[in-house]
Amino acid sequence: MNPSVVIVDDHELFRAGVRSELAEHVEVVGDATGVDTAVPAILAAEPDVVLLDVHMPGGGGVEVIRQVAKVRPEQRFLALSVSDAPDDVIAVIRAGARGYVTKSISSAELADAVRRVADGDAVFSPRLAGFVLDAFAGSLPATQVDPELDQLTAREREVLQHIARGYMYKEIALRLGISAKTVEAHVSAVLRKLQLSNRHELSRWAVQRRLVD
Amino acid sequence: MATAAPSAERTPPKRRRWRGSRRIAVGVALLVLAFLLALRQLGLLFPDAIVWPTMLAAAGVALIWRQWGGRGRPAPPPTTVPPADVAGQEQRAAVRNLYRGGFGVALIVGAGLLFLYANGALSGLGDVALTALVAIAALGLILAPFWWRLANTLAAERAERIRSQERAEVAAHLHDSVLQTLALVQQRASDPKTVATLARRQERELRDWLRGRPPTAERESFAAALDAAAEAVEEAHGVRIDVVAVGDRPLDERAEALVAATREALTNAAKFAGEAGPVSVYAEASPQRVQVFVRDRGPGFRLDGVPADRRGVRESIVGRMARHGGSATVHTAPGQGTEVELVLEDGRGE
Repeated sequence: MNPSVVIVDDHELFRAGVRSELAEHVEVVGDATGVDTAVPAILAAEPDVVLLDVHMPGGGGVEVIRQVAKVRPEQRFLALSVSDAPDDVIAVIRAGARGYVTKSISSAELADAVRRVADGDAVFSPRLAGFVLDAFAGSLPATQVDPELDQLTAREREVLQHIARGYMYKEIALRLGISAKTVEAHVSAVLRKLQLSNRHELSRWAVQRRLVD
Repeated sequence: MATAAPSAERTPPKRRRWRGSRRIAVGVALLVLAFLLALRQLGLLFPDAIVWPTMLAAAGVALIWRQWGGRGRPAPPPTTVPPADVAGQEQRAAVRNLYRGGFGVALIVGAGLLFLYANGALSGLGDVALTALVAIAALGLILAPFWWRLANTLAAERAERIRSQERAEVAAHLHDSVLQTLALVQQRASDPKTVATLARRQERELRDWLRGRPPTAERESFAAALDAAAEAVEEAHGVRIDVVAVGDRPLDERAEALVAATREALTNAAKFAGEAGPVSVYAEASPQRVQVFVRDRGPGFRLDGVPADRRGVRESIVGRMARHGGSATVHTAPGQGTEVELVLEDGRGE
């Protein structure tokens, strides 16, 4: 069964493009052009995945995630953007999106990413993997480190590096000699750290987007 | 008075100068006093009300003149002072000069007041001063809003001017870049490859501009140089290249060699695997080591099947890296794409 999707984007052309390109792979059950219309549309349609533009008038994707999460915390979001600025990406992930892809992604890859998020997995683009490696690079004073949240394991780092090098999950599994499920588990663990860690690079990005009051 | 002066050898130079000017002031005052007393002795009757204020004023004038008249030739700093100390000394000297000048001014003003007081001219001054003070305060209260508004208006005008300048700059930039590209895209609408290249080039250019990266950065930063190399290959071969860089480092000679090898690997990937999808570049730079991966999704090949006379990989990539103390490894197999791994370890220097 194809996952149901709500598209939230203020670009008419882009919504139409995604609708037609994904028609075979997903069931588009609604769309919205801004924060105000998106929240009721998502709550009414209860889709498997919300395809969410990061930059929109009225607070952007981050605001949509916040408002929907109050009512429907289990809602899954996949963020989409033309931007590749780290603070935008990190902010929307920390707000709760389960993945981030840029709009230049091919439709096959986008369909795959939607399916993955619908299954509860995390989707990292090569660029997002690069940002995460950057944010978790460098050492912290030992007293401040919560190894559960503030550091990547060697394996997680390896998986992220492969994503950044352009490998698909299946290829990574093959190369590292682990199952595809394990690769997905590593990526989900990284996503969790990304959302919960207090590393100051992450906090800084969050503060810039006023995620932390 | 003059007996209080210590021997010059034991006094630090600056201190001596201050002592010196004080002595000169006192000396001038005494000279004036002596001159006035002598005149009085000769029968020219100066009352006390003139003699004492004049003496005070003379001392003050001597101080100020020595102070501000001598500014043209500051005393050379003693050569034994370490450089870090010079700034502090200069600051202290400035404070001392101010203090000395202020002292001279106070002496002269005091002399004037003493003169006026001795001649009974100050009796009415209290009332006048109060009147003047009240008048100034009232005037200030009346004019304050006008000043305030004037200042605000000026600030607003300045901000508006800056805004309109910025708008003009943005407009000029968009006109030169985006509008030109859009015009080209319309002209070449029948040639998808050219259109894609144009769009990609414009995208890169606009991103750099938005990010505020100075155009000189690619001569100084490894990551920026890598971006520039990818862009050049992308443009030459019309293949999409995605660059992800983690960390950065200065662009020294070895890093330049690494960028050149990367460029060669990218050119190969674009030539032999360009049709199969985007080429990925991943670079990770730390002070100890730099690593670059260039990966394509092409057909791949058998390494041992490469004829010995094919020099591209051997010379430009493997050889170049080896010459700079690095290494290059090619991972490939038929049907699995090709990945070139370039590593530079920093065993020396840095």
